[in-house]
Amino acid sequence: MPRIKVEVDGVTYEDDVEPRLLLVHYLRDRLGKVGTPVGCDTTNCGACTVLMDGMSVKSCSVLAVQADTHDITTIEGLRINGALHPMQEAFHSEHGLQCGYCTPGMIMASIDLLRENPDPSDEEIREGLEGNLCRCTGYQNIVRAVRSAAHEMSHSEVTSHD
Amino acid sequence: MTEVGTARKRSEDARLITGNTQWTDNIQLPGMLYVAFLRSPYAHARIVNVDTSAALDRPGVVAVFSGADLAGEQGGLPCAWVVTPDMVLPDHPPIAVTEVRYSGEPVACVVARDRYAAADALEAIDVDYEPLPPVLDMQAALAEGADLVHSDKGTNKSYTWVFANGDLDAAFLDAAVVIEREYVQQRLIPSAMEPRSVVCQPFGDQMTVWSSTQIPHILRVMLASVTGVPEQNLRVIAPDVGGGFGSKLQVYGEEVITLILARKLGKPVKWTESRSEGNQTVHHGRDQIQRLRLAADADGRIRGLNVDLLADMGAYLMLVTPGIPLLGAFMFPAIYKMDAYSFTCTGVFTTKMPTDAYRGAGRPEATFAIERLMDELAHELDLDPIEVRRRNWIKHDEFPYETVCGLTYDSGNYEAATEKALQLFEYDKLRAEQADRRERHDTVQLGIGVSTFTEMCGLAPSRVLGSLFYGAGGWEHSAVRMLPTGKVEVLTGSSAHGQGHETAWAQIASDALGVPFEDVRVLHGDTAISHKGLDTYGSRSLVVGGVALVGACVKVVDKARVVAAHLLEADASDLTFENGRFSVRGVPEQGMSIQEIAGATFAAHNLPDGIEPSLDSEATFDPENFSFPHGTHLCAAEVDTETGFVKIRKYVAVDDIGKVVNPLIVEGQVHGGLAQGISQALYEEAVYDVDGNLQTTTLADYLVPSASDLPTFTTDRTETPATTNPLGVKGVGEAGTIASTPAVVNAIVDALRPFGVSDVRMPCTPERVWRALQEGVAQ
Amino acid sequence: MIPGSFDYLRPTTIGEAVSALAESGEDAKVLAGGQSLMPLLRLRLALPEVLVDLDHVAELREIRDTGDSVFIGAMATHHQVIKDPLVRAHAPLIAQATATVADPAVRHRGTLGGSLAHADPAGDLPAVILALDGVLIAQSAHGPREIPAADFFEDYLTSALEPAELLLGVRIPKLGTGWGFHYEKFHRTAQAWAIVGVACGVRRANGAIEECRVALTNMGPAPVRAHEVERALLGRVATQNAFKAAAAHAAEGTAPTGDLHGSAEYREHLARVLTARALTTAAGI
Repeated sequence: MPRIKVEVDGVTYEDDVEPRLLLVHYLRDRLGKVGTPVGCDTTNCGACTVLMDGMSVKSCSVLAVQADTHDITTIEGLRINGALHPMQEAFHSEHGLQCGYCTPGMIMASIDLLRENPDPSDEEIREGLEGNLCRCTGYQNIVRAVRSAAHEMSHSEVTSHD
Repeated sequence: MTEVGTARKRSEDARLITGNTQWTDNIQLPGMLYVAFLRSPYAHARIVNVDTSAALDRPGVVAVFSGADLAGEQGGLPCAWVVTPDMVLPDHPPIAVTEVRYSGEPVACVVARDRYAAADALEAIDVDYEPLPPVLDMQAALAEGADLVHSDKGTNKSYTWVFANGDLDAAFLDAAVVIEREYVQQRLIPSAMEPRSVVCQPFGDQMTVWSSTQIPHILRVMLASVTGVPEQNLRVIAPDVGGGFGSKLQVYGEEVITLILARKLGKPVKWTESRSEGNQTVHHGRDQIQRLRLAADADGRIRGLNVDLLADMGAYLMLVTPGIPLLGAFMFPAIYKMDAYSFTCTGVFTTKMPTDAYRGAGRPEATFAIERLMDELAHELDLDPIEVRRRNWIKHDEFPYETVCGLTYDSGNYEAATEKALQLFEYDKLRAEQADRRERHDTVQLGIGVSTFTEMCGLAPSRVLGSLFYGAGGWEHSAVRMLPTGKVEVLTGSSAHGQGHETAWAQIASDALGVPFEDVRVLHGDTAISHKGLDTYGSRSLVVGGVALVGACVKVVDKARVVAAHLLEADASDLTFENGRFSVRGVPEQGMSIQEIAGATFAAHNLPDGIEPSLDSEATFDPENFSFPHGTHLCAAEVDTETGFVKIRKYVAVDDIGKVVNPLIVEGQVHGGLAQGISQALYEEAVYDVDGNLQTTTLADYLVPSASDLPTFTTDRTETPATTNPLGVKGVGEAGTIASTPAVVNAIVDALRPFGVSDVRMPCTPERVWRALQEGVAQ
Repeated sequence: MIPGSFDYLRPTTIGEAVSALAESGEDAKVLAGGQSLMPLLRLRLALPEVLVDLDHVAELREIRDTGDSVFIGAMATHHQVIKDPLVRAHAPLIAQATATVADPAVRHRGTLGGSLAHADPAGDLPAVILALDGVLIAQSAHGPREIPAADFFEDYLTSALEPAELLLGVRIPKLGTGWGFHYEKFHRTAQAWAIVGVACGVRRANGAIEECRVALTNMGPAPVRAHEVERALLGRVATQNAFKAAAAHAAEGTAPTGDLHGSAEYREHLARVLTARALTTAAGI
């Protein structure tokens, strides 16, 4: 069994893993990082989105062995000195969630979106979130939340987790 | 400050935005085992033999069972709605024993140490099937000599249910206009984002069940009756639940089997489905063929309506399968006045996944049919679609109004909602643009769709449910517990899974008790805590459960008043209660807060005679009537006449849901509802191939729209309070879904009228739109 | 769903990767970005015994200028390709089409080489490489091999790669000045596969069309060049009518199949409509 060394939310883990173990199952079942859920089998829903070296990936479509030597950030590692990330704040303020199941992935994808494009138009936000499905909100308040976070982040010093 | 009516940000978000959630699949218990189900690859087959021996030898496998192995203890899945005395109700074993009747039906299960081992071992189970003919088409299924889904029943018909009022023959006799149409409500997959999951933990002779369910209370009763675990030994918890939309208003075989396995093996057992498994085996929605006849006078006034439905039950009758189409029975006449109405529904068995509740459940189908017919009537008479509706709808000064179905609509103002919608939409401007595009033979044509809907929700008066032979009541329960420190626990039998009860209920309690919002904690979804209830579906939570909470709060205040009078040495009738404080009339400085009284009743040092310590109460509310939200939705769609592609250009929704507790939550409910209704019109369909295998097993084939595929909505409200409950509220959970589907299809057909198009079957895929155009032009 | 078991090899050089493939034989699968393969593994539609992960073969990610062409390494991610200045300068059609592939998270992992080797007729990039006359470079224990795009895509999910052959990348000839390009993708939702896609380039000089490339996505078991359309436009003045007339030939020589999202007949119709539109956009008129 291959041995991997992964940094997840600022903590380094070393584990032997079966090659077929999905990153999301490694996070959930081995590390107890259950904040990242699974919603599909086919890379469509994006509920399992995490950041790998700062870029969004769908953790159900990456093997745990492929995360070896990489740095993973999940929804559980977003707080900065205990404070919510502006994107988390914005989803709350703008009612960008209902059941909340897509929310971790949606927030991670939104952070990635702003990293690429700090001042997106509504259309760019919608396109940037194409890989994340939500069944509750109709997306309108998610778009509003991302816009609001973009505004907030451009007016603050906050950048990224590390 | 009043909380009710305030756009309070949601309390439940704190855990949901940080990943600090408790989805059922998150639960890990010592010694936990995992179950996986082997499912039928055939739509219909006899099970000749199931050989589980090789699977048992696989590493990590603890047990393997076929349906036959569990036949003595697995019981049958319940149907709680026997809609007619002669309804055909087949046995429904959780794991098929002798015959499979839809692809995806469980035939065996593996219990293993982890989910990977369980999945592996499924491949080692050898099942010998003898294929039988699939039954896929409802009309063919009813024909003489048709292949049967349940051969022992001798028919594929489950029931025929009839309702009629008024003289329909007279209505059609000499009618100036008769519109006759057939519409198809395609089969949908509810697609909640959280896949189903269940964990069962035995503890002595007790059993705790966590399930991703909308209905912990109903599930407890049903699991007790199916498995024989005494109800008092069974605790059901719906922890964080990731959406339901009706799909988790069910008692699933997997829930029953997981419980039985946990009991049998004495270990906690977990089952979590994959999406592709779920698309096949979460109950589906809709799937009706609607044959409609509408008679009207030359001025567009409706004389009568005849509705004849075929409703696909799928292979079995699940919890409320047969009743779903009947929830629409009273809604075809909608907001329109007519003298005669007849409704017939035949439930048909096919070898497909059973259907059951999906957001709107029966009402979207009805609303679609009547709103499409109204547009056809307008076209027939060359009237504006708004005008033809105006000539028929119930006017605001005619409420309360008894409809041809015998329902009494308590309140409404269709004129006001429509007026507001027309203004927001800039109706005249868009009609002008439409004319211009037609004139120019623009490749992209513009269509305008109207939907002036109402619906019946807030399920439901228990007496009405009884008269429809439904197996339970429709009341809801709530309790209020004031704690020694003056803080408040609110218990509700409603079981939220995204609706925001923890916020809205706290707002209601905060106002009723005069305590700060932050001092209220709302508890739900655990039968050991919120011990009584009938759960969440049918837009019932606020209009039934919220009202129960008001009742419980009133009782607490009444008791507190007695204690306050005693402690303040005043007459109770001399006390005023404002902002949580009792004070003696005319002596405002002489008073006590209800939170202080909570402490005093806890200490119980000085209570009036006959008053028990502690300050708490409970109440149930059984509504006297349904709730009738309404609204006017307008959709502008651009249709590319070369490709058939439809793009929604503008969508305006003006809803009247009476008084509003939290406008933020209401807006969210409308947005989400619109998305699902629009998606039925444009994108979604569960498709079975000729062998009866589901082709849309993944989200790559079953198209759930992303942010890019939906427009920005313009939403607004008018406010005509409900008169049937003290909050004046109406349900909002399903309104958007019910209203939007016909608005979109009406817009598409409107765009294509000049090309001779009078209908496009849903979902209106680019190819279907393009074909409708070709056929229209060819005629 | 959960993948079946497999052995896992993680070479760090092209040489190691080729050896790994050679030793593992026909039961091996190459794992590039995994965005098509992982779903197949999870649904157990693919059950390889060995997975050869190219993630750590850094040299396969290179995009470099090779004089008269640009070489894009097989493991260059979609994200990398979209941003790459060489690609944007010399093969903007690839950048534009790649931006329509799936979604940002998938594009962070998914690779050009993986998309081409997967040879899905509904994939967007095979038609693009075909339109640009790309040359695919493969390597086996027997040495390197060049395969023109026209010979590479053989059938549904079948490329000309031998089981023990590794795709190193694709060479895209620089096309010089005067070209306009466009990829027109038609799908029902943002996440859905293309029902039809049209990749095209038009070179004009003095108002007339001097050269033209049109390739179609999902119009058969492999991407196809619409040669009749290309021929019909040579020497013509670039007008909407000229494009429409030429596009009438778009479905000739194609063999589309019907599926959930469109019948063969509808695809043929779409090919004609979308080809005219793509050419018009490419020509900037």
